[in-house]
Amino acid sequence: MTTTESDAPEAPKKTTVTVTVDGITFEAQPGELLIKAAQENGVYIPRFCWHERMKPVGMCRMCLVEIEGGRGYPPACTTPVADGMVVHSQNDTVKQIQDGVLEFLLINHPLDCPVCDRGGECPLQDQTLAFGPGESRFVEEKRHFPKPIPLSELILLDRERCIQCARCIRFADEIAGDVLIDFIDRGDRMQVLNFEEQPFDSYFSGNTVQICPVGALTATQYRFRARPWDLSTAETSCTTCSVQCRGAVQSSSNRLVRLLAVDSEPVNHGWLCDKGRYGLEWIHSDNRLLEPQVRDGGTRREVSWPDALDRAADAIETAKELHGADSIAVLGGARGTNEDAYVWSVLAKGVIGTDNVDAQLGDGLPAEFVLGMERAEIADLDGASAIVLLDHDVRDEVPVLFLRLRRAMLELGVPLVDLAPVAHGLSAHAAVVSRRVPGERITAAVHDEITRVTEGRDGPVVVVVGRGNLAAGADSVVGVAADLARVHDVRFLSTLRRGNVHGALDAGLTPGFLPGRTTLDAGRDWFAERWGGVPAERGLDAEGILRAAGDGKIRVLVLLGSDPISDFPDATLARRAIDAVDTIIAVDAFESESTERADVFLPCTLWGEKAGTVSNLEGRVQRVGRKVAPEGTAMDDWRIAGELALRLGRDLDLATVDEVTDEIARVAPAFAGVTSDIVESARDGVVLPFSAHAAEIVLRTRDLTLMADDGAGVSWDPIKVEGETPAEPVDEAEVAAPADAPPLYEWDGHAAQPDPPGRDAYALRLVVGRALYDDGRLVSEVPLLQRLVGEPELRVHPSDLARIGVDSGGQVKVTSTRGSQVVAVRSDAGVPAGIACMDFSADALGAALLIDARQPVVDLRVESLR
Amino acid sequence: MSFFDDANLTKAREIVARYPRAKSAILPLAHLAQDQNGWLSQEAMEQIAELTATTPADVLGTCSFYTMLKRRPCGKLVVSVCTNVTCLVVGGPEVLDHLEHRYASEPDVTVEEVECLAACGGAPALQVNYEFHERVSPSSAEEIIEAYRSGTLRARTVSGASVA
Amino acid sequence: MPDLTPNGATGGTSGGTGVEETRIVTRRLHDRVDDSWTLDGSLASGGYEVLRAVLAKGDAADVQEQVKLSGLRGRGGAGFPTAQKWSFLPPNSFPRYLVVNADEGEPSTFKDRMLLELDPHQLIEGITIASYAVQCNLAFVYVRGEFALGHERLTRAIDDARGKGFLGKNILGSGFDCEIVVHRGAGAYICGEETALLESLEGERGMPRIRPPFPAIEGLYAKPTVVNNVETLSTVPHIMQMGGEEYAKLGVNRSTGTRIFSVSGHVNKPGNYEVELGMSFRDLLYGLAGGIREDRKIKFFIPGGASSQWLTGSDEHLDAPLDMDFVQQTFGVMLGSGAVMVFDETVDPVLVAWRLAKFFAHESCGKCTPCREGTGWVEKVLYRMSQGLGRPQDLDLLVSVGSNISPGLVNAPFVQTTICPLGPSAVSCVASIDKFFRDEVLTRLSNDAGVHA
Ligand SMILES: Cc1cc2nc3c(=O)[nH]c(=O)nc-3n(C[C@H](O)[C@H](O)[C@H](O)COP(=O)(O)O)c2cc1C
Ligand code: SF4
Ligand code: FES
Repeated sequence: MTTTESDAPEAPKKTTVTVTVDGITFEAQPGELLIKAAQENGVYIPRFCWHERMKPVGMCRMCLVEIEGGRGYPPACTTPVADGMVVHSQNDTVKQIQDGVLEFLLINHPLDCPVCDRGGECPLQDQTLAFGPGESRFVEEKRHFPKPIPLSELILLDRERCIQCARCIRFADEIAGDVLIDFIDRGDRMQVLNFEEQPFDSYFSGNTVQICPVGALTATQYRFRARPWDLSTAETSCTTCSVQCRGAVQSSSNRLVRLLAVDSEPVNHGWLCDKGRYGLEWIHSDNRLLEPQVRDGGTRREVSWPDALDRAADAIETAKELHGADSIAVLGGARGTNEDAYVWSVLAKGVIGTDNVDAQLGDGLPAEFVLGMERAEIADLDGASAIVLLDHDVRDEVPVLFLRLRRAMLELGVPLVDLAPVAHGLSAHAAVVSRRVPGERITAAVHDEITRVTEGRDGPVVVVVGRGNLAAGADSVVGVAADLARVHDVRFLSTLRRGNVHGALDAGLTPGFLPGRTTLDAGRDWFAERWGGVPAERGLDAEGILRAAGDGKIRVLVLLGSDPISDFPDATLARRAIDAVDTIIAVDAFESESTERADVFLPCTLWGEKAGTVSNLEGRVQRVGRKVAPEGTAMDDWRIAGELALRLGRDLDLATVDEVTDEIARVAPAFAGVTSDIVESARDGVVLPFSAHAAEIVLRTRDLTLMADDGAGVSWDPIKVEGETPAEPVDEAEVAAPADAPPLYEWDGHAAQPDPPGRDAYALRLVVGRALYDDGRLVSEVPLLQRLVGEPELRVHPSDLARIGVDSGGQVKVTSTRGSQVVAVRSDAGVPAGIACMDFSADALGAALLIDARQPVVDLRVESLR
Repeated sequence: MSFFDDANLTKAREIVARYPRAKSAILPLAHLAQDQNGWLSQEAMEQIAELTATTPADVLGTCSFYTMLKRRPCGKLVVSVCTNVTCLVVGGPEVLDHLEHRYASEPDVTVEEVECLAACGGAPALQVNYEFHERVSPSSAEEIIEAYRSGTLRARTVSGASVA
Repeated sequence: MPDLTPNGATGGTSGGTGVEETRIVTRRLHDRVDDSWTLDGSLASGGYEVLRAVLAKGDAADVQEQVKLSGLRGRGGAGFPTAQKWSFLPPNSFPRYLVVNADEGEPSTFKDRMLLELDPHQLIEGITIASYAVQCNLAFVYVRGEFALGHERLTRAIDDARGKGFLGKNILGSGFDCEIVVHRGAGAYICGEETALLESLEGERGMPRIRPPFPAIEGLYAKPTVVNNVETLSTVPHIMQMGGEEYAKLGVNRSTGTRIFSVSGHVNKPGNYEVELGMSFRDLLYGLAGGIREDRKIKFFIPGGASSQWLTGSDEHLDAPLDMDFVQQTFGVMLGSGAVMVFDETVDPVLVAWRLAKFFAHESCGKCTPCREGTGWVEKVLYRMSQGLGRPQDLDLLVSVGSNISPGLVNAPFVQTTICPLGPSAVSCVASIDKFFRDEVLTRLSNDAGVHA
């Protein structure tokens, strides 16, 4: 519709204010802070304490400005803009004040820049060089503290360098909710400190190092490892978990040395968890296998790539000929890129013809639900009418999502309905708490409560759903989701944690589906045309594959970066399966209890060594960057699949990773329009399906840089990628899948929910979640993180402990249908009576040997050892 | 294990209940801890954190701001001598000097220099466990302290509560 | 028994000089030396009568009106009109709190301690009336931690008052409820600053808050809050008794009524004197406080607590009236907390400046860079100077450093690069020695040994 002059609507009432800073006049939002508004309009007012993701405190006094008509010198970081405001941030008086503040900060600051990790990216150093006087007027003795002291295993504090901006303390309190550090003492003796004997063990502690403007906080991992100017940087997403926080990965001499958080508005707000930040060292582990190997007789030996690939292809071909394509299965694929997963889909489903493919290892949710549910984006939490939380271990599984949840609740006032089986870090702030008994359904009372708290609030109910309890079947989770979807206007946010599990599912690495969220049946013709064939019938999921393997029906098992024995909740089942398979082909970087038995070992590249795209828990597709050349002869997973396809008689004709990305965009319906070009240029990536999210696209105007225009390092301030919405909005039709493409699958709300067995008064129902620092590879290969792994223990309510007759800290014998174990027990009032809670680990003390995949829930008998 | 004894634990809970927010009780509980124990120990701070639903780091952060809270063991008598300007010009520093030397090796008496005690009309002034003594001289100050040591004068607790 | 006579409570009419105190707030404690702090002593001398009358009348707006008419300005230091402060409370926003500032830590101020120890019931009556006026049901008294006796007597007095129905539920049958919680500080001068006080009361480190929001809008527990000084509230019952207009007849100009001045230092009769505002410094120091010891001359005096810039023994300064606005506009000093410290000609102004700087450095909360680092720097330089280790450039260095904390080194109201006025207060002494003793100090510095001696 066109509008003519005459019927144009009246100019809308002015909703912005006009502000002038240093002669530049611009419009800003009322209430916006002057420092931010100025920055967005090209005037950078110097600051130390202000950080745009935290509340202003106005304490460093570096940002003082003069406002015409006002008295004194207010801080730009605490002053909201007002209409007609005329501000000077660079006149003589203000400059004098800034110089004064700098001088004050320096009088007690050590002159150890040459050995300071912050040297080269330090605002104090930069500004002193730029404006500072040549010599000091301070002739008195400087303040002294003993040099660095550990705040934790990960973080060191040099109090002499601290400029008391409180960024670290505020982060720990405001953002992470871990009040483990604070200022102690006062005046010029004021210093940051933890409570003696209670270290700064926050999952998010590394962020304090990044946002510390000076070198007061340093990371044991990075300390003295490199100088900023020697580092080269690539923009990427962390794939330690499925939040896929944006980051800048840096290397020196072909070694990854540092991962910095990039501030992505829709995703991570500039934060990372410590596992993601400090786990990157695993790729350089001495334990990595870097050359292909095959088994000859009893032992494995290194061979050339062609020999190893031939051997793998032979095994596949032989099995297919003798036992049919169904005798071949692929487990894994959640750790690679979308391109890796896609080409493996092509290989398995299109070339080999098996649908026995699963990227989830029995610790996820049914693909029907994950691929077909009504999805929420992370940002939907902010505007939700309520957030329903089903699991207790969000902080451990998807840590930065926990920060976003916390912010939505505490800062934006979104009510939390806490239905987790045991108490957790957010329970204290929940609007409604109802402890869900594993396996049981939601009661009417809970529905009423949700209705009550959402009354008068706009927005959907965002249900945060994952597999927080590995000891209860996935069906009951889907059942709860179905119940919620029936009654409320819900959207689901998945917390399935494996790095690229959502990408792998979207790329078709799951039975019954083909790439692009379409089912095998719906996509049969479309894909057959493009791939030359697809499996006739729906195949087996991980549990089915392991069962079939145990029964001798799987002859060749490909482990695509997976270790079922430690990943699958029911270790007994997994071990039996691995032992029974004829040929195991491992595509991996490490030896594990499962890959140890491989007949062919194909070393693959890891994060940091490869480029491509990944999809996070929202279905947001973003690029990961290649920062270092792979060690040894490790090859990208997708190339390995391509090579195997070639040997099995099909040339996939994919030469570069971008070609794979583009093929996915052409072939896989949900990925329509998501070309390598668009992923490269869209600042915040693309949420699938593109056509439904076209309006969200922001195009880069400048790539990530860790240097300001004047050459100053900016890594201590939120690192941003500049972008703007495109002049021509993206045409939804143009990025929609072709009309004849198969439809995207939609979940029908159906849930097969078995009734859990009744509880007997003496049994405790088991809840098994994940701990951040678990026995996974990424932790076990990084000694620094390895030290943070907790001791396994069973947590039970004090009254149960009393009934069992042991003291907290004592040992008990626990028995499930799988067997018995002796574990340590601890009293925990956050665990409801009748429940026993444990972290998952695959070793003898963990839950893996208690979980029985055949049962909908696991009930334990717990006895004292007397 | 409780740091506060039963009576004080009851008192502590009463104190917490006085305030709209439990955290407000940190200072009164720190005083109470010093009344009981003579100084503010780690265990005390841990229990204060528990009673006020905060963390030990938070309690330490707050308590370390205030000079009356002693995070190291100190004498049973804390002698606070003012040397701020009014006392400065009428003999405060001399009193301090004398007492510091006199009690340097007497662990039951802790002598400290403090800021203005609001007793300038009676300068030089000091406090013994927060009991005021004004117009003192080096010798009269020592006599006062000795009177407390011998029990002639009854001392308040280290945090200044009167002892029944 | 230790000598518990509160210093200066025994001051009074000065023999022969004809200068007299005007005792209103200090009446009872002079009249009933033996029991002024007890409930009996209070009741026997008219205690709680005004409260009874106010509640009987039942007109909260009238209390506000009388206080407005009285021209009462805060006695805590800033001199802000009390009724105006009350009027900033947003209507219909409850709960709201009254917080009484009994943290008295400004060096040389010792009036609030006297009022707490010797007439706590007067304060309680004032709090209850003020609470009634602003419709608050919970008041807090933040008592300086070191005031063990004051704390004890106030706590006891509150219990006694509650027992008589002057506090608690349905006070004197009026339907009005009011409770008072006494909160003891633990040693931090900055907690006298109202927002630091609120932080401290919330169990935090006593660090001042950024304003806005002002306490009247978001104060204690983020609720509307009035913070008033002990003397301010102790005056309220008398205003209600006299009527606002009558009270306003006392004093001069916008400095109405009486104030208690804590006089200390080299005067013959140091102590607290309640006088009608407008009296001259000369009458206060010579007429009431007995003149200077051994008939020496006043070298300088600090008129409004340690935060104020100084005045000298000149006639111009001594004849100036105790008028908050006059001294500010004419000399750039403040009456502040009502403390007057007097130093005779034997005193080294640099030594006094150093000791004051040391105080502020010790008491800086550490939040603002200029105050945290600057006060320590100033203290160190002044210390050297006081010990004969100065350098010729040190005085100008101090002025320059001081100007980075308080641009222009102006006193009352300060210009500051800091959040609260503590930082600038710390360099009042620098401005003062530069203003009055520059030549003397420069001469000394040129003979001094320098840093490395
Ligand atoms: C550093 C500093 C210390 C202060 N100390 C006190 C004090 O001890 N007692 C007090 O009543 N006011 C003190 N004040 C003033 C208070 O901030 C506040 O203005 C006063 O309590 C308000 O009460 P009023 O209006 O009744 O005077 C101080 C201010 C500053 C900046
Ligand atoms: S001026 Fe000093 S005392 Fe006041 S807030 Fe700043 S640092 Fe704290
Ligand atoms: S950035 Fe504004 S005061 Fe620190």
